[in-house]
Amino acid sequence: MNAFDHWALSGAVFIPILGAVLLAFVPKRLEVEIKAVALLTTVVTAGVGVYLLAHFDYDKTHQLQYAVDRSWIDVISSRYHIGLDGISLPMLALSMFISVLCIVYSWDHFPEPHNPKAFLILLLVLETGMNGTFVAQDLILFFVFFELVLLPMYFMIGVWGGPNRQYASIKFFLVTLFGSALMILSFLALYFKVTLPDGSHTFDIVKLASVHGAGIAHGAQLLIFGGLFIGFAIKVPMFPFHTWLPDAHTEAPTVGSVILAAILLKLGTYGFIRIAIPILPEAAKSWAPWIGVLAVIGIIYGALGCLAQRDMKRLIAFSSIAHMGFVMLGISTLTTYGINAAIFGMVAHGLITGMLFFLAGSIQERFHTRELDRLGGLLLQAPRMGWILGFCAMASLGLPGLAGFWGEFPAILSTYSPAVGLNLALFRTFMVIASIGTVLAAGYLLWMLQRVAFGTVKAEFEHEHIHDMHGPEYLAWTPILVLIVLLGVVPGIVFRVTDKPVQKVTVAHVEQRRSVVTGQTAVGQP
Amino acid sequence: MLDHAWLIPAIPAVMFWLILGFGKRLPGKGHELGIAGVGASFVLSCVAAVQWIGRSTDVTIGEGAHVEHVRKAVEHSTTWFDIGNVHIRVGTYIDGLSVALLVVVGLISLLVHVYSTAYMHDDRRYTHYFAALSLFTAGMLTLVSASSALQMLFGWEAMGVCSFMLIGHWWEEKENSNAALKAFLTTRTGDVGFLIGLSILFFANGQTFDVRVWNANALGGHVSHLVLLMGAIALMGAVVGKSAQFPLHTWLPDAMAGPTPVSALIHAATMVVAGVFLFSRLYGVFFTGFSIAAPGHGTFTVPAVIGGITIIIAALLAFVQDDIKKVLAYSTVSQLGYMVMALGVGAWTGAIFHLFTHAFFKACLFLGAGSVSHSGSHHSFDMKRDMGGLRKHMPITFATFGIASLALAGIFPLAGFWSKDDILVTAGHNGYELFMVVGLIGAFMTAAYMTRCVWLTFYGEPRGAAAEHHPHESPAAITAPLVILAFLSITAGWLNGFGFHYFGHWTTNETLVHALERVNLVEPRFSFPAAIISLAVAGSGILLAWLYFEKRALGPLQDLAARNALAARLKLVLVRKYYLDDLYEKVIVAGIAGPIARGAYWFNQTVIDGVVNGAGVGAKAAGHIVYDIIDQKVVDGAINGAGFTAEEGGTLLRIIQTGRVQQYAAALFGAAALFGLALVFFVGT
Repeated sequence: MNAFDHWALSGAVFIPILGAVLLAFVPKRLEVEIKAVALLTTVVTAGVGVYLLAHFDYDKTHQLQYAVDRSWIDVISSRYHIGLDGISLPMLALSMFISVLCIVYSWDHFPEPHNPKAFLILLLVLETGMNGTFVAQDLILFFVFFELVLLPMYFMIGVWGGPNRQYASIKFFLVTLFGSALMILSFLALYFKVTLPDGSHTFDIVKLASVHGAGIAHGAQLLIFGGLFIGFAIKVPMFPFHTWLPDAHTEAPTVGSVILAAILLKLGTYGFIRIAIPILPEAAKSWAPWIGVLAVIGIIYGALGCLAQRDMKRLIAFSSIAHMGFVMLGISTLTTYGINAAIFGMVAHGLITGMLFFLAGSIQERFHTRELDRLGGLLLQAPRMGWILGFCAMASLGLPGLAGFWGEFPAILSTYSPAVGLNLALFRTFMVIASIGTVLAAGYLLWMLQRVAFGTVKAEFEHEHIHDMHGPEYLAWTPILVLIVLLGVVPGIVFRVTDKPVQKVTVAHVEQRRSVVTGQTAVGQP
Repeated sequence: MLDHAWLIPAIPAVMFWLILGFGKRLPGKGHELGIAGVGASFVLSCVAAVQWIGRSTDVTIGEGAHVEHVRKAVEHSTTWFDIGNVHIRVGTYIDGLSVALLVVVGLISLLVHVYSTAYMHDDRRYTHYFAALSLFTAGMLTLVSASSALQMLFGWEAMGVCSFMLIGHWWEEKENSNAALKAFLTTRTGDVGFLIGLSILFFANGQTFDVRVWNANALGGHVSHLVLLMGAIALMGAVVGKSAQFPLHTWLPDAMAGPTPVSALIHAATMVVAGVFLFSRLYGVFFTGFSIAAPGHGTFTVPAVIGGITIIIAALLAFVQDDIKKVLAYSTVSQLGYMVMALGVGAWTGAIFHLFTHAFFKACLFLGAGSVSHSGSHHSFDMKRDMGGLRKHMPITFATFGIASLALAGIFPLAGFWSKDDILVTAGHNGYELFMVVGLIGAFMTAAYMTRCVWLTFYGEPRGAAAEHHPHESPAAITAPLVILAFLSITAGWLNGFGFHYFGHWTTNETLVHALERVNLVEPRFSFPAAIISLAVAGSGILLAWLYFEKRALGPLQDLAARNALAARLKLVLVRKYYLDDLYEKVIVAGIAGPIARGAYWFNQTVIDGVVNGAGVGAKAAGHIVYDIIDQKVVDGAINGAGFTAEEGGTLLRIIQTGRVQQYAAALFGAAALFGLALVFFVGT
């Protein structure tokens, strides 16, 4: 490993915060310079990301690459251990990618009370937190990054948000912090209860995962998993821990919503795949039916919530609950298909729902409202935005050929044959309910499309000049749209990276039932 | 071409992007790209067909008297992606069935393209229209050439989106976008079955989506019957949704909101026949799952019942329609019922042959209806109000429409006669006499309602727009496709008629022969008595309808609904479409989107949010009590009893009312502390 390889991953994490420090010294009135520095910072970070991707060994996606393991807080044996494997890689790439596009989009879209300097500093701090969470291999380090994300988002919602921003931001902060409190307790319990073969205790995720929670009584495992579950489930968010989400999304500024949907929600699902399931596989199996139940409730409940909305942005927020339900359903099967689908679903949801929030923001900026009753005929006034909205609605409802499909269908597929030991009848019931959820998804998304884009322009906006897409919107959206199509047609881009590490996660569950579902041998592939 | 069949769907797919990107800058606004693409696909499909027919029949199946020689399907596939050590493959699987569909889809789509250049002239979104047509065609071509069931889903859903775009083409009017939504959501409801069926059969067949393996395993007895039955029932849901079978047929008549050439394309060659194609492509699964034609399994099968019901209920509805396109739409539903019923009684060849012939005459009828509205009735489709007597003004349209109607009615020697006859004979031969009777009743009704339709449109005195505006014949871009289709409506049936069995021999495949061999069936040959009966039934349908409408004969039946309360009520049931739309729209959809969604949201805002907010309020109150009582009052030892109650009550009330979120903190961390204690106790011991 050359010197640059050694530093590259740390660079990917800390360059944004260095940029933020730099920004603090730029006078507030130099707005263009401030934006340029911020954009440059994220571009350089993404450049490091491209380097990481280019030099990644795709035949060894299950191994940690660019790993750095140095002493950090010796007194509690917590180490600075970071590394990149096939599960981290798509998430890190998504985080870097979305960060750049958010700054491009914000270029002349800063919400009130303006102040780009503070806004961009927060954005850069946020990026460090997100990138760090996805590469951390030490529980304490993970926790630090995981919490680092909270503050900038709290301020983004609380300062730049909508009319009800104070309630939303505090609710967001406290509810997630509540989850974090339980999470850190579980981390501590893992530290004290898991004994490595050499007799030592550790916060190291890799080492903890290698012993599969050996030595902890089953009841204690269940309880520890429960703490992790609540911590992560709030972040996802799963029903019934989701109430912070619609408020936070509705009140957050556009870029805040995009990052929230695209990255922050994934910290929770990522936690399940990276920490909870590999470290406590036995407890995961006991919890899996409950996770599955809450996931399918989320799918249906989120869809029903969507149908009751009058506000476009709040509708998209509720759709996130339904989509993350599919991700969690995939995870709950504890199978290779399910967890691969979950990771794909995380990426796809990040792109598609992020894009929908961009659109909602741009629509609000033009019409000064997001009320579905007042909108209409967008295709007549801004045809490009209207068609992109239609495209994203199709992608979001899981149309084959677009990215959303690969998060949804394999998750449904996996519930037919969950990990050995899980109740078949129960999971097949989940399969049917989740499939019905796809119809409801089509229902609320096309209903939204019809109300916003079809029909004629309402009288109050008839004589208003509505500008179709601006330059920054073209720049920010085109890459996302291209990726949605590309991933939809060539899903192997993601599956190739995630497959091996996911198999490592599910190996504890002795894989899924191999072609013995019917009790008879079937003729396999040619 | 059999080895490079991927080109056939790929060309229109590429054209879709080209039309979107450059269409508006071209002199033809993009239609030249669409026509070129689909034309190329059609030519390549014809090459494939010639090569297929020339392919040697080197696969021998069976032994002794039942030996059959069939052509080996051409399969090419490559790994799409790997997941969990399983290769998911993608490719082409070309056999007689695929070839027949490729040719039909290519031809109908090409004619629709040409026709549209005149019919859609000056349309608001001409370029978009042609882009969607190209993608639509590409979707259907993908479906019929796919080697994997997962890949079929791609073509299947691509068509769903395109039909959404095309049905809602004039989305300014709410009615049109409603129809588009209805079509998409209804077929999507059926697709729940597709997703589930794919999952079941994927695992049942050792984790593959390969259709050849699925069929072989199903027929070879390698998959348990129960699993196959579950898979077949699930997939049947998809067939019912897409092919507009009872009870999910209601979207198809509403889909008339789209431009007429689109209706022709949807009804003849794409979209609705996709369900029938899925059924016939995975026939091994359905055949074994539903025990079709299996000895000792009774006189009916699930698909036969669904198809049979669909034939009758749709044909009845066709009698009460005033909109010419809706007559044709219900006719399509009814004819699709024939195909599904045929597949359900083991008449595989008959079903595919009917799909083949139906494509020509139904496309001819729809394009003819479009020609009438374009040049005869001033854009109206109302037969009673705006048509009548058009045969003198539109001779080509009249002649072609008439020929296609006779073909649809099943008159010798036109195309529909042969294919319908094939189905009915096989149904009787396989022991499903009931469905043969249902088919005959359907044939009678088809002949009668088409006579009514032709009579209202072309005979009698001109009414409304047909009288006020000057009806004239349509331009060549419209009449040329009509003539071609009318010619095919006459001759297409001869491929399997007059004792020829070309179509049957060309399309037969290993799945079919294996299936037939297992239950020891022989493909039935032409039966003279059956032909006479079906001809007599169809002829009497035409005759009676003619007497009733033209001669005003059959006195007691004239205006029966006006005189008899029971008849009036029955007619109302038909006019209200059996109240199915009311059930779906006013009860199910309105129920979910209304009270159920609102209820869930109320639960969200009141109960779940209430718990979260309440936790905050409780924490704040606890804090107050600790501070006010313990710290301030107990410790200070100065309590005024009466004052305390009033004041403390007021404080609590105010706290509850303000509901300030800062109060969460204590409650949440209180709970966390409890959890921590639990951890210490349980984990620590």
